[in-house]
Amino acid sequence: MLKKPRRAEQQEINSSSMSDIAFLLLVFFLVTTTISLDKGISLILPADGNELEVNRKNIISIVINDKGKVLMDDQIIKVKSIKSKAEKKIAGNPNIIFSVTTNKNTKYRDYILVLDQLKQANATKISIANPSSF
Amino acid sequence: MKLNRKNKSKSEISTSSLPDIIFMLLIFFMVTTVMREFEGLDVVLPRAEKIEKLESKRHTVHIWMTKEGLVSVNDKIVNISNLGDVMYTKLINDPRITVSLKSDDESRMELLTEIHTQLRKAQALKLNYSSLTKAEDL
Repeated sequence: MLKKPRRAEQQEINSSSMSDIAFLLLVFFLVTTTISLDKGISLILPADGNELEVNRKNIISIVINDKGKVLMDDQIIKVKSIKSKAEKKIAGNPNIIFSVTTNKNTKYRDYILVLDQLKQANATKISIANPSSF
Repeated sequence: MKLNRKNKSKSEISTSSLPDIIFMLLIFFMVTTVMREFEGLDVVLPRAEKIEKLESKRHTVHIWMTKEGLVSVNDKIVNISNLGDVMYTKLINDPRITVSLKSDDESRMELLTEIHTQLRKAQALKLNYSSLTKAEDL
């Protein structure tokens, strides 16, 4: 008994739905992709134990208390006016350092507001003092 | 003078390359998608105007800090005195790390200073105070 050799049928996978599948995957990735929400105020901390002596003339101290009131150069000023004041100071002395001192109970919000103002004035030299010195 | 009208040919846009185009888009999105990895803690981010984007999502460590003083690093609750050690091991694995600090609006500076100290101890110096723009409502 001889077996008939099977006819080799040319079988192809139907590829017409391929584009649909690709579409579906595309939609999935479009939906799940999140535009990066990671943004904020960048700062580079000084290395540990790297303390420099700076001339007092080059320092402007900014003190924020726990109520959010700001003292700049021994004067109480509004948070909004820090930017213009800082700009003037930088124009007068490009090496100026802004030293931000806070109280233990100062709210983070107030601190960010002040930092934001300084950043808007393009201040690059910002120092953050420890609140323990209060 | 009569103008000979041209033969109206049935012109259709060829759709045979459509799957290829879609595949290309698909591959683009697959490559660029970074899934959100961490749930985070419940914080209300502060608002600021002059904000910068973080360079890369892959080299970022997220630290959450609630107003109650709870600190989590990449979704693991960490005791603040151990933060330096945790960050140090992370920094050894990837020296290009940037810290994205998501702190609550109302949290106190005492805690933030402690975090600063720990980060400085671990030599993780690139810091970003995560904040929203004024217009955003989240």
